[in-house]
Amino acid sequence: MSGFNVVVCMKQVPDTTEVKIDPETKTLVREGVPSIINPFDTYAIEEGIRIRERHGGKVTILSMGPPQVKDSLKEAVAMGADDAVLISDRAFAGSDTLATSYTLAKAIEKLGSIDLIICGKQAIDGDTAQVGPGVAEHLDIPHLTYVRKLSELRAGYLRIERMVEGGYEVIETSLPCLITVVKEINEPRLPSMKGLMRARRQEIPVWTSQDLDVDPQRIGLTGSPTEVVRVFTPETRATGEILQGELEQQVAALVQRLLTAGVL
Amino acid sequence: MADIRVVREECVGCGGCVAACPFGCIRMEDGIAIIDLDSCNFCGACVTECAFNAIILEKDRLEPAATAGARGVWVFGEQRDGVFSTVTFELLGEGRKLADALGDPLAVVAMGEGLAVDPLFAYGADTVYLADHPVLKDFRDGPYTHVFEELVRKYRPEVCLFGATSTGRSLAPRIAARLRTGLTADCTGLDILKDERLLVQTRPAFGGNIMATIHCRHTKPQMASVRPRVMKKAEPQPGRKGELVRHPVDPSAMTIRTQVVEFIKEDIETVNLEDADIIVSGGRGLADPKNFQHVADLARALGAAVGASRAAVDSGWIPYSHQVGQTGKTVSPKVYVACGISGAIQHLAGMSSSDLIVAVNKDPDAPIFKVCTYGVVGDLFQILPALTEAVKKAKAG
Repeated sequence: MSGFNVVVCMKQVPDTTEVKIDPETKTLVREGVPSIINPFDTYAIEEGIRIRERHGGKVTILSMGPPQVKDSLKEAVAMGADDAVLISDRAFAGSDTLATSYTLAKAIEKLGSIDLIICGKQAIDGDTAQVGPGVAEHLDIPHLTYVRKLSELRAGYLRIERMVEGGYEVIETSLPCLITVVKEINEPRLPSMKGLMRARRQEIPVWTSQDLDVDPQRIGLTGSPTEVVRVFTPETRATGEILQGELEQQVAALVQRLLTAGVL
Repeated sequence: MADIRVVREECVGCGGCVAACPFGCIRMEDGIAIIDLDSCNFCGACVTECAFNAIILEKDRLEPAATAGARGVWVFGEQRDGVFSTVTFELLGEGRKLADALGDPLAVVAMGEGLAVDPLFAYGADTVYLADHPVLKDFRDGPYTHVFEELVRKYRPEVCLFGATSTGRSLAPRIAARLRTGLTADCTGLDILKDERLLVQTRPAFGGNIMATIHCRHTKPQMASVRPRVMKKAEPQPGRKGELVRHPVDPSAMTIRTQVVEFIKEDIETVNLEDADIIVSGGRGLADPKNFQHVADLARALGAAVGASRAAVDSGWIPYSHQVGQTGKTVSPKVYVACGISGAIQHLAGMSSSDLIVAVNKDPDAPIFKVCTYGVVGDLFQILPALTEAVKKAKAG
């Protein structure tokens, strides 16, 4: 075997740095909010490219979403990914994490023999962190979350460091496997001029539900057991108290309040 | 396939749905709402908002499966080295309320090696399903999913709760995918609709900018991961007894592909932010890495962990494991002290559920003052040392 066949799962998300709350209606203002590659997925893309640079092989970016996701896929190609595939179909709309992971797993099966699947630790819009482990389960391969370092990668073998509460774990696993990565793992590169030119020419195939061997009962809204019944803006906190006076008075007032709250 | 449409005759063009749509996919054209079907997630927020019944949502759903007879609220007993984590007891506190609302028993699924289960009964469990075996010593996706699935298929619980920790958020989605049931991530509120035996799950999305309420009506068990430190532990009742069910463990039936080589503990006082009662965080306002000493001194006086904003981490002043916010850790301590942190929306997403927030910043217009409980406007380098001394004095006295 020469090199590793790597798939990176990517999501296009609204740039939440640009999301504002409308003070009148207390709802999200989404007009004109740019769509970006989920920031955590940029680390996944970078790690995939580094693996190819070190060991050879191929990096394919996979994403599910509306047609405009092609722009983000081209951006990933410009960074250095070899191929990109968009999964897009009205039949997939309304997918929750179960239906999404099922659909992605079916697309990965169609891609053929894969050694490693890399995902960001979670997407910044939904924050669920559930799709990666779900994909691994549907493919019946092991998964490791919150990976901060790939210590050793060779045929059929991977050793990683995984962030957990209070420290980290060193874990060995067989390949193929799926990992989700945290920001600490690398520093994503910017697209190169050559990459941008290649991305412009790159064809991005679009796979619909007809192209995948999917059970229609397990995709889209129909295949999604969770149901959003209400969306609302959280109650804003009561306005805080700005402590007045000179430095000593401010500090004394603060300590007094912390004592009253029973937290000292 | 789901479909959503606007009834042109009913739509008055009020624009309520445009504002209500969390995905920004409705616009007004010639006084009529137009829904962009490519981005619509069929969440129904617009349908609820529309006072004129002008939006029709059709969801083609599966008929409820044969889910009758599911009973019991289960809590996953997360442990390391045989010690159950704090979130396990928080889940027992919340699980007890849910179980009582349903009129069901409360159980813990405990997996590990050499586990002492008495505390689980003391904190409210009626039943403990115990799978005690060396193969289950450390959390691994394969063996844990295998055992949990066996237990679910045998005893058919109504509700399963996991801590939204590195373990729970890794294990729960794998189990949910195997059981083909719904899972709601990182819930901050849970309730029961008794007549329908529904778990009402509330969670933040878009970095805490909106909240969503989620049901899982058609599949069982109803699964949720729950943010640590949000639910309250019950008062323990020492000596309280329950039923211990020992579940046989057969490693030969499992697919085991991963090995935990070792767990490296990092300085727990400074790094274990998720468990800290008090966190003192520093940001760009510190101006120089050596000024983090002021933050560390205050943290030591308060018995607090040290956190940081993304700006401080990206400047290389402090390692990533300290980062609080959307791309770092989500914390909800009793007290969060933000020093020289302006309060970008991504930082707020990681700490705004703290009980009490203290902000120290020289800019009175910094957004952090909008979410703080107490604010001090002024020079960090004077305030922090003075506060450290005052805290030491208050604690000594």
